[in-house]
Amino acid sequence: MTDCPLTFANQHFVARASGALFWPAQDALIVADLHLGKSERMARRGGALLPPYDVIETLARLEGELSATGARRLIALGDSFDDDLAAPALMPALLRLAARCDVTWIAGNHDPQAQGLPGRTLPERQIAGIAFRHIAQDNPDISGHYHPKLMFAGQRVAVFLAGAQHLILPAFGTYTGGLDCSDPVLTALVPQGCAILTGRAARMVPFPLPPRRRARPARRALPI
Amino acid sequence: MPDTHHPAAQLPDRLTGWFAAQGWAPHSHQLAMMATPGDRLLIAPTGGGKTLAGFLPTLAAACGGLGPGLHTLYASPLKALTHDIGRNLARPVADLGLEVRIEDRTGDTGATTRARQRVDPPHILLTTPESLALMLSYSEAPRIFGQLRHVVIDEIHALAESQRGEQLMLGLARLRRLAPGLQVAGLSATVEDPAALAGFMGGAQIIRADPGPAPDIAMLPTTLTPPWSGAGGAYAARDVIDAIAAARLTLVFINTRAQAELFFQALWAVNDANLPIALHHGSLSRDARRKVEGAMAAGDLRAVVATGSLDLGLDWGDVDLVIQIGAPKNVKRLVQRIGRANHRYDAPSRARIVPANRFEVIECVAALQAVAAGELDGDARGAGGLDVLCQHLLLLACAGPLDPVPLFHEIRTAGPYANLSRAAFDDCLDFVATGGYALRAYDRWQRLVQRGGLWHLRDPRAAKAIRMNIGTIVAPELLSVRRGPRGGAPLGQIEESFAASLMPGDTFLIGGQTVRYDRLRDMVVEVTPQPARQPKIAVFNGLKMATSTELSARLLALIGAPDDWGALPDHTREWLVLQSEISVLPCPGTMTCESFARAGRWYFAIYSFAGRNANQTLGLLLTHRMEGAGLDPLGFVATDYALLIWSLEPVRDPAPLLNPEGLREGLGDWLAENAVMKRSFRAVATVAGLLQRNLPGARKSGKQATFSSDILYDTLRKYDPDHLLLRVTRDAAMRGLADFGRVEEMLRTRPEIVHVLPPHVTPFAAPLMLEAGRVPIRASGAARLIEQEAEAMMREAGLQMGNAG
Repeated sequence: MTDCPLTFANQHFVARASGALFWPAQDALIVADLHLGKSERMARRGGALLPPYDVIETLARLEGELSATGARRLIALGDSFDDDLAAPALMPALLRLAARCDVTWIAGNHDPQAQGLPGRTLPERQIAGIAFRHIAQDNPDISGHYHPKLMFAGQRVAVFLAGAQHLILPAFGTYTGGLDCSDPVLTALVPQGCAILTGRAARMVPFPLPPRRRARPARRALPI
Repeated sequence: MPDTHHPAAQLPDRLTGWFAAQGWAPHSHQLAMMATPGDRLLIAPTGGGKTLAGFLPTLAAACGGLGPGLHTLYASPLKALTHDIGRNLARPVADLGLEVRIEDRTGDTGATTRARQRVDPPHILLTTPESLALMLSYSEAPRIFGQLRHVVIDEIHALAESQRGEQLMLGLARLRRLAPGLQVAGLSATVEDPAALAGFMGGAQIIRADPGPAPDIAMLPTTLTPPWSGAGGAYAARDVIDAIAAARLTLVFINTRAQAELFFQALWAVNDANLPIALHHGSLSRDARRKVEGAMAAGDLRAVVATGSLDLGLDWGDVDLVIQIGAPKNVKRLVQRIGRANHRYDAPSRARIVPANRFEVIECVAALQAVAAGELDGDARGAGGLDVLCQHLLLLACAGPLDPVPLFHEIRTAGPYANLSRAAFDDCLDFVATGGYALRAYDRWQRLVQRGGLWHLRDPRAAKAIRMNIGTIVAPELLSVRRGPRGGAPLGQIEESFAASLMPGDTFLIGGQTVRYDRLRDMVVEVTPQPARQPKIAVFNGLKMATSTELSARLLALIGAPDDWGALPDHTREWLVLQSEISVLPCPGTMTCESFARAGRWYFAIYSFAGRNANQTLGLLLTHRMEGAGLDPLGFVATDYALLIWSLEPVRDPAPLLNPEGLREGLGDWLAENAVMKRSFRAVATVAGLLQRNLPGARKSGKQATFSSDILYDTLRKYDPDHLLLRVTRDAAMRGLADFGRVEEMLRTRPEIVHVLPPHVTPFAAPLMLEAGRVPIRASGAARLIEQEAEAMMREAGLQMGNAG
């Protein structure tokens, strides 16, 4: 997988094609919106019984990222659990995760009161002058919540959205949708910057996307 | 002593008197419907008084007075039909002074009426399969339907072709249990296999009406010869307008909505006499359609150009000529359409066919021969869908606890499920109750829980959401198209999947004009009109009607038998002769292929006659294999008759490419990854209740919460590949969009591969090269597309990667 280096608030990061952010200087992996327990929450509320493999799949990808980067710290930027009732059922997997790295769980709107998680549980955290929180707020911060997606080359792709003040991560959870980057909320947070496409490779493109230039007649129209 | 064996003796005098007062005498098939005990299937042509025949027993009983409660249930595929029938029944009821309350119950019925109907149902209820399913999901169902004596199912031949029919038959099975002794009447147009249709009803006595005189059907003579390719039929516009001028009221049928629009324009351009003509198809607003229907009934029109939206039994006006533009694709449909001409039962229907291109000329001749021989076609019905059964089980659970053993036997009384295995039933029940996953994750949160041997809905509040999901029609997600940024004029709607395939700058056709795709914003596609440019991409939306297996076989036999070419017009005969001189003619038992070079490309044509969908699947599979063989395929085009692939290297030996095992293997890999399969999964998962239908307005609010069904598909494929819904999806894709069954049948029935290397383009291949709807092969895949686009954009923008802050 191709990574994409990225400088934000004078710190060097690596945007991973998986949607995780690696911070070499801090040896930290940062992910947003895992939404663990989403299928179970829907079932509990009497809704559809979705394939119950989202937790396995999300955690397998997360552990794969930890191995690939060798990160010893993990920061989850909120909505790690689809609700506060989800965590207890997942405890064995969470303990396994906490055994291999130092975990910080930032609270999100889905999991504001998560209790008894292995590792630290915080409303937000400051490291090297950058705030790590769920929803973008004061500058500069790294956050999640919006699950930004970009229409690109005919496909809707999950992206990192980076401006001068905010770096917004795509959702890492398997059962997540997304908000189009053209949404006014996102264009207000990142009026000018770049988007990094995830998927097979992490690729940076300018944001907002410039209008695509077609074969321009201008050059041959110049009379000599 | 009255003769009880004579059917007429069973009609009450009041009713006989009413008939006489109208100047009518009951047809013998109408009386036979009255006299035959048990369930009956009436096969009658249009105008045969089918509906009245279905209601005669009810009217007869009403002459003696109906007790309280629902006596007769009428189900039809169209809401419009229930309104019509209500009006038609009101007349004899009023004339005879019968104490009968008739009401309809469809998606349009208001909440107050619906609530009242649950407490106090009318004597006769006119409804649709979906509304019946909804009523059966209420706990009051046993009381509502307990007194039911008759069920009349209209247009059952149309219902039997879709999952709506399967849903209705499951509902009927429940009705039979709630009201033992119920009598069912199925009403059908002419079909190829009445016994199969009776089986679909769960068994019935077949009553055939006199089919009437043989139709007067022929090709419409045209002044110009048909073009080599295309489907529009515009070349014949003047001949058609002349035929319209010579008739009283003409119905012009054409196969697709886009073609209807174009042909109507072509007709209008040559309508020098200003004949009142109109257009009618499913994409027009309801108001526009109602207006046309009204004008037609009032006799204000001379012609209506229509698609399938007029196929079903609405009775309007005095149509005396039917013109079919383009090959009918299916003989049965042609016969049913011809039946629309002349609603007077005793006069022959008059119909003319206009082939749209040379291949279609042969197809039309083959279809005329089939009509003359009285042969109809039709694919054998598969077993009832398990996704439909899952929905049915969930709805029944809303009405009350399920007892599996009697329920299994009840389900098997529904025709499409007569051979349902206990294992398949248990799979469906398990899916509905627990999700049916290999990982048993929902022990605490099952949808249905077993108590005392019965399955109960765990959370009764879930019933509301379950009822919202009723129905088996899963419409594609549509996006509206607007001109310019921010609230420009709306132009129409396109499928979301098509919108997703567009790149800014691509052009496409909508509402008769060429537009350029600019961007997608807030679920609106913004475009700029580009009148001067040719649309680059043909709209490519899913299942198109493919020529039936039987008609394709007749067509191939006709091409392969020069002695029978007398039936063909001169221009077409000459074309066949030329093909036989330059290359070879395809004939039954052989698979004819050609390889030739033109303008630096190699072309490989295969005359498969397998129908459009199967040929498209074959195109995707063959190009995939050619890719593996290093032949560098660049693209292909598929028609009903043939497949043409172009590549950088020639196909020297088609045998290994066409090896059935290899193709089947390719299908497994390719199909699983294919968008076709994912679309199919979405429909199956929605019907089965795994996905909630997207309700209007619900989509915009919950953007982060809702996620694509593709994710569920991929997850299931990875962790639970044998899950019930994946099995149903595979079966559905094989039969429907991919139509792999026909690819296999073609390979089996035509084992001898004939490969010709003509010196240049052949007469048969030339029309294929003009066909629209070319499919480019992007072997590098979507990921590479993104990379190229990203790199190009960064280069253009003069940006370097790496620094954003």
